[in-house]
Amino acid sequence: MPDDVIEIAQDVPSLEVVSHLCKGCALCITHCPQRCISFTEKFNELGYKYAAYDGAGCTGCGVCFYVCPEPGAIIVYKKVRER
Amino acid sequence: MKAAVLKKPSAFYDKFERKGGAHQETTHYCPGCGHGNLHKLIAEALTDFNVADRTILISPVGCSVFAYYYLNVGNVQAAHGRAPAVATGLKRANPNSIVISYQGDGDLAAIGTAEILHAANRGENISVFFVNNAIYGMTGSQMAPTTLVGQKTTTTPYGRKVSNEGFPIRMAEIISTLEAPVYVERTALIDFKSISRTKRAVRKVLQNQIENRGFSFLEILSPCPTGWKLSAPDAQQWIRDYMLPVFPTEVFKDTTKDAETLQYSHREYTDGEVLDVLGLSELGERKEVTKEFLDNFPVQNMKIAGFGGQGVLSAGVVIAACGMNENLDVTWIPSYGPEMRGGTANCSVIISNKRIGSPLTTKPNVLIAMNGPSLDAFEDDVVPNGLVIINSSIVERRVKRKDVVTLYIPLTEIASNLGLTAAANMVCLGAYLEFTGIMDYKLLFDVIPKTIKRKNMIETNIKAVEAGVQYVRENAGKN
Amino acid sequence: MQRELIKGNEAVIKGALMAGCSMYFGYPITPASEIAQAAAALFPLLGGTFVQAESEVAAINMVYGASATGARVMTASSGPGLSLKQEGISYIAGAQLPCVIIDVMRAGPGLGNIWPEQGDYNQIVKGGGHGNYKTIVLAPNSAQEMCDLTMLAFDLAEEYRNPVVVLTDAYIGQMMEPVEFPRSRKKVKRQPWAVHGDAESQGNLVSSILMNTTLLEDHNFALQKKYEKVAQENTRYEALHIDDAELILIGYGIVSRILLNVMQMLRDQGKKVGMIRPITLFPFPQKAIADACEVAKKIMVVELSNGQMLDDVKLAVQGKSEIEFYNRMGGAVPTVDELLEVVQKYI
Repeated sequence: MPDDVIEIAQDVPSLEVVSHLCKGCALCITHCPQRCISFTEKFNELGYKYAAYDGAGCTGCGVCFYVCPEPGAIIVYKKVRER
Repeated sequence: MKAAVLKKPSAFYDKFERKGGAHQETTHYCPGCGHGNLHKLIAEALTDFNVADRTILISPVGCSVFAYYYLNVGNVQAAHGRAPAVATGLKRANPNSIVISYQGDGDLAAIGTAEILHAANRGENISVFFVNNAIYGMTGSQMAPTTLVGQKTTTTPYGRKVSNEGFPIRMAEIISTLEAPVYVERTALIDFKSISRTKRAVRKVLQNQIENRGFSFLEILSPCPTGWKLSAPDAQQWIRDYMLPVFPTEVFKDTTKDAETLQYSHREYTDGEVLDVLGLSELGERKEVTKEFLDNFPVQNMKIAGFGGQGVLSAGVVIAACGMNENLDVTWIPSYGPEMRGGTANCSVIISNKRIGSPLTTKPNVLIAMNGPSLDAFEDDVVPNGLVIINSSIVERRVKRKDVVTLYIPLTEIASNLGLTAAANMVCLGAYLEFTGIMDYKLLFDVIPKTIKRKNMIETNIKAVEAGVQYVRENAGKN
Repeated sequence: MQRELIKGNEAVIKGALMAGCSMYFGYPITPASEIAQAAAALFPLLGGTFVQAESEVAAINMVYGASATGARVMTASSGPGLSLKQEGISYIAGAQLPCVIIDVMRAGPGLGNIWPEQGDYNQIVKGGGHGNYKTIVLAPNSAQEMCDLTMLAFDLAEEYRNPVVVLTDAYIGQMMEPVEFPRSRKKVKRQPWAVHGDAESQGNLVSSILMNTTLLEDHNFALQKKYEKVAQENTRYEALHIDDAELILIGYGIVSRILLNVMQMLRDQGKKVGMIRPITLFPFPQKAIADACEVAKKIMVVELSNGQMLDDVKLAVQGKSEIEFYNRMGGAVPTVDELLEVVQKYI
């Protein structure tokens, strides 16, 4: 199935850790092949020190999305494949 | 910039309102718990296959008891271990729905062992996801049937001992030994590779059901960081180090290609068809009988007794049916319980013009004794002036009582002369009606064809009735 | 229309099918197996489902699943099986699902024996599983009522979204009597709360879990309100000769058939004896019995148990009349003469 295609402001590929949904399990950080996700020093409303994208290095591989157990905590923006 | 988005699949609710409380966008699962990963893979597959509206998810008892908070499908919550039975009911009722039984290790491999094995063995066309984390997460980290040998839990504080708790049970392997399941696999949630494999397996297991191929089972080794007291990454490593050697991840069975596609058909039945099936279409109208007949009908409290095989029970049914045809109240009850005695088969029949109370004839006014033991057993019970019919072909003695009416007939002999010894009971009924005159013996000709199951016997049975009538006519008063 | 001479156990199944029941899940047990056998023979011929489950527990949970779709569904068993089913019945009552359960009582406790008893009264009428729930309980005393009350059971189950038990015994089940069946099969309506596996019902949830204490308390109070409503609208009993009765006999099921003889015989002797036969055991005909006590000096309860219904009669009578009790257990059923002798002592 094709992914939803949207228009966004930021660079693609990239990813977003939705900070208030992150439980700080570190799985995205551990498994990211590019090592481009890290913990912030801040705590979110759930009381967890949450992860965030470093801002560069994402290849849109989707690993973080699948290793993250929270349904909505990670969004990955991939390049739209040319037909 | 244009971007292809990988985000929460739409088969999830936008907000988890059923969860209540402050945080309705996150799950209740602990950080690093594998349930969330599996929920995502299932939701993604349901979204991609476009079947969320057809799907019914069964939430088990365990940490995933609240799975219905999250997936925007039809939701049913089940008792501990019973999800496969509940799934059976759901799927059989609605074959077009996609039924998911989502279970943990305590649920599926301990308290619900029978339900999962038999649902698998029946080949129910359902998808089962079995989350194995080797521990009871929700109730406080007690031992699971899949807990590893030596693993410490709150109920195996010194480690699981084989001598006390046995070995971890391998459900995927067990289920793969059954004939019916079409797909059985075990995967893990320990890294992207294993999660991708799980994703493929989840889709396979659902696709099989969508294509009506039968029972599919996926066991998933899933981290429980809280229960194991490990960080999320360490919990994944723990599966790699300790669970994989005991629970290998592989496809244990795949007969999907050879599986016959199940066919479901449904149609409404007309009332005519229903009545035909229930044998109610040819009952006809009720016969009109005169008030005089009803008012004057003498209540028949009958005991019919003999050897098994002498047709005493069917004689009772036939004579009761005659009474019913005459618009009388009737009951028939076979010998039952402590009331059974004397090594005889017997039944009580009551035919009455009034509402019948107890169906048991303890003081008969008609006793039909097809053999000696029956006469021995019931002679004393007969009311004074009652009628005793004796099968004189077999019963060697005379009736001792002087205060009853007796009718001796060689029933077996007469029936045997007609070539059907088993029709002695019908000889008897013919004789009984002719002798008492309570009902027309010709009623039997209507009733016998409806009551006798072996149709080739009907004619002989009718001849037997006639012979009984004939005997009474020729021998009346000679007893 | 002419009647069919039929066993009570078979009348249950034909009645169920005419009531629109399409699914049967059960486990064999004497003396209820004939019901399963009749279902196995007939359900598939009308496009219905018959599954012999691996256990009583599985059977009642299959009923739970099918019921969640709004289908008319049933099971049947006897005491030991009902003990096992209690878990599922509690869930069905908690999730407010309709279903019909037939209990052909046998003698207990434990394996007991297969002869008739009424020792399941407490576990059925008082809600034998965990939690504050009730099942609606119907007690037939003839083959005709085996059909009629089974049909009624499906309607009540659906109306109140509650399990309904037809509580009967081996005598009523084994006995053949004329039964008049309806000529048209009931059409089953789609239930708005049910989970059908389609877009329209996608938002529905069938569940008995409420973690919030306030919500669960509200749910429990709502259930009690429902049971009160059932009591107001559907308390059923048969009263015979109670207007002038000085002694009222109370019994249900097979006992009521024997008591009928006893009452008739005493009436023939000019004795002022009446009879109340509860047809619903929950709701219990409390008011009818209380009212009858205005006239009757004595109440006589006859049961095939250690006095399980007697407790409910005592609650109804509230000390207004004297209560006598006669019982048999272990599968023994009193004869008419035996009861006559007992009852005569109290006139």
